Amino acid sequence: MAVATAPTITTEAPPASPPKRRRPRPSGWWLPYALLAPAIVFELVIHVIPMVTGIWMSFLKLTKAFISNWGNAPVTGLKNYQVALDFNGAVGSALLQSFLVTCAFTVLVVGISWTLGMAAAVALQGKFFGRGFFRTLFLVPYALPMYAGIIAWKFMLQKDTGAINHFVYDNLGVGGEKPFWLIGNNSFAAVVVVAIWRLWPFAFLMLMAGLQSIPTDVYEASAVDGAKPFRQWRSITLPMVRPVNMVLLLVMFLWTFNDFNTPFVLFGNAQPPAGDLISFHIYNASFLTWNFGSGAAMSVMLLLFLLLVSGIYLIVLNRRSQRA
Amino acid sequence: MKIRTLAATAAIAALALTTAACGGNSNPSSSSSAGSDASGSGGTITYWASNQGTSLDNDKQVLTPQLEKFTKQTGIKVNLEVIGWNDLQTRIQTAVTSGQAPDVVNIGNTWAASLQSTGAFMPFDDAAFKAIGGKDKFVKTAMDTGGAPGQDPTSVPVYGLAYGLYYNKAMFSAAGLTPPNNWEDLVTDAKKLTSGGKYGFALAAGSYTENAHFAFINAAQNGADLFDKDGKPTFSSDGVVTGIERYLDLMQKDKVVNIGNAQYDNGTKAVNDFATGKVAMILNQNNADNSIVANGMTSDKYGVVPFPAPSNASAQTASHVAGINLSIFKNTKNQDAALKFVNFMTSAETQTALGKPFSSLPVLNAATPNFTDNADEAKTFSDIYATKSKPLPLVPAEDQFESTVGKAMNQMFATIASGGTVSTDDIRTAMKTAEQQVAAAG
Repeated sequence: MAVATAPTITTEAPPASPPKRRRPRPSGWWLPYALLAPAIVFELVIHVIPMVTGIWMSFLKLTKAFISNWGNAPVTGLKNYQVALDFNGAVGSALLQSFLVTCAFTVLVVGISWTLGMAAAVALQGKFFGRGFFRTLFLVPYALPMYAGIIAWKFMLQKDTGAINHFVYDNLGVGGEKPFWLIGNNSFAAVVVVAIWRLWPFAFLMLMAGLQSIPTDVYEASAVDGAKPFRQWRSITLPMVRPVNMVLLLVMFLWTFNDFNTPFVLFGNAQPPAGDLISFHIYNASFLTWNFGSGAAMSVMLLLFLLLVSGIYLIVLNRRSQRA
Repeated sequence: MKIRTLAATAAIAALALTTAACGGNSNPSSSSSAGSDASGSGGTITYWASNQGTSLDNDKQVLTPQLEKFTKQTGIKVNLEVIGWNDLQTRIQTAVTSGQAPDVVNIGNTWAASLQSTGAFMPFDDAAFKAIGGKDKFVKTAMDTGGAPGQDPTSVPVYGLAYGLYYNKAMFSAAGLTPPNNWEDLVTDAKKLTSGGKYGFALAAGSYTENAHFAFINAAQNGADLFDKDGKPTFSSDGVVTGIERYLDLMQKDKVVNIGNAQYDNGTKAVNDFATGKVAMILNQNNADNSIVANGMTSDKYGVVPFPAPSNASAQTASHVAGINLSIFKNTKNQDAALKFVNFMTSAETQTALGKPFSSLPVLNAATPNFTDNADEAKTFSDIYATKSKPLPLVPAEDQFESTVGKAMNQMFATIASGGTVSTDDIRTAMKTAEQQVAAAG
């Protein structure tokens, strides 16, 4: 709200009452600016400058002949974009394929993580013995260093020596040939499972916090009216955690769509097409071919896509909440 | 409300683009610390070594006494960092891009022409060669890999390597076989040796560099070139395609390779299978000796023959001219010290000292290989290196050949391993795609 109201005051105030005398500046007027300055400097250095550099790079022919001296790289205009969007060519069709894989990956990972997080949060809403233990247990994947967690999955998903195949095929005695998990088409399932394992504790944590804020008397009142748990969840829990959900889904969407670590650690340098997520694809497209201009163009398009989706999401949801 | 939406969207934009930027464009943060150490004090240089021994630590242990000797002789300190092969290319790229580079770096010699085209490395002109003891001290085959023909090379050889076919003597004599002289024998022998949970062959089928090397070697046996005289890729020509198919068929048609090898993303895993007696043959460079011995197999238990070509082959190519070169970054502030260091590393004394622990072939004229106590093996490798090796194409796009064709072959092995088939047409289609990728990158 503060953001929304501040500009209207400053724009209306000067014409209405032209300054007759210079008001002395109150002592310590600089303090807010001084406090803001580090944040602004870091925002510029960490966010804005790399972003602008990336956009600038996307219009250059920044191949290995030029990377030691960027200034010499010729401007190619939209050529990098044309190549990336030419879906009949090798580069464009690979990018499209990777984009579609990433869309499917994101829908599955966000959907399942949210469901699991919600289920766990609701299950742990009531007080019972051992609740703290389960809460801690569920947060372990989130607390583990990402590399350690994913590399453990990588070992577990090996064909001949992995724990998963050993458990399913040797211990449970399922017949047939042990499948590969990290190459071929199964790699999609593998990367989805690992990403869900990484992400769902975050959904759980956020939703658990959201559920704490719902007063228990609402539940009691509805119970008196004869509401069963599912009805309570649908009519009380869901609407009450709506603000949490709104942000949670958006953040999970962005993280998942941009996920780089999971495929990178899981597949190493040679990603299978079925697990070729877009961030990783762009990394490979620019680092393996040394064509950073093309990689930057793909990044910019990824940004535009994410902006578009996020913008539409926020506009639609805000409209609805205003109407309600 | 609207402004809040806008503010939120802007925040997301920032969030999204920084993550995208991390994934995509410039990521110079990872190596800055290593490069910056050297600048300033004139008496120190930074050296990035590649992984030649059994582990990064092993490399450090082997190199440290030599570097101390260098410091004693010249007063120049050396900051050593050993970098694994998975990271080395990216690290060099980052160094080139950011200018935060070490003074001296080890490169895979197949990258020499590619790296030369970045213009970030110091060309060895006559004066520079004089400082390191002259161009003529190097074996010509090795020196030819220093850069594109007709230009001052930007790297000089330091360790020589070649591929050989390692075979387990006990397994061969138990099956009544002699080491193969041509491809057909190799396949027959491998089939006989594939039984009872053991396999005739192990391949690093998930390693794109290894796959690319064998695409080249098999194509060379067919008399096919990867690039035409204008530097355009010719990956989908018949010779290259059938060469790749021959290599894939070890797993697909001949079934002498465990399909699990499709996940072997580096050579060491195949070497371990060989050293522990799970497979009868491997194709590896001579530095496999380290790992074989480290796994408890002594040098009299295995033999080495050149990787055989088919009986109707147009060339008996058995290896590419493999090895490690030393490059000096152009923007070094310690050029004299760097040259002294290159001179030291390529001196006869240091070469002899490092030849054994790193199992490398000598790159100096008149030096004898000392990497193994097995005289036959030393002779075989010297022979392969001198007479049966062909350099990978010395063109700027060579590294893109390795990544595009090598990765396509990874996928083909993955398809075969998970029960699919890869036909000649599939290979040709994949090679056409690789050609397009290389063209798009240029």
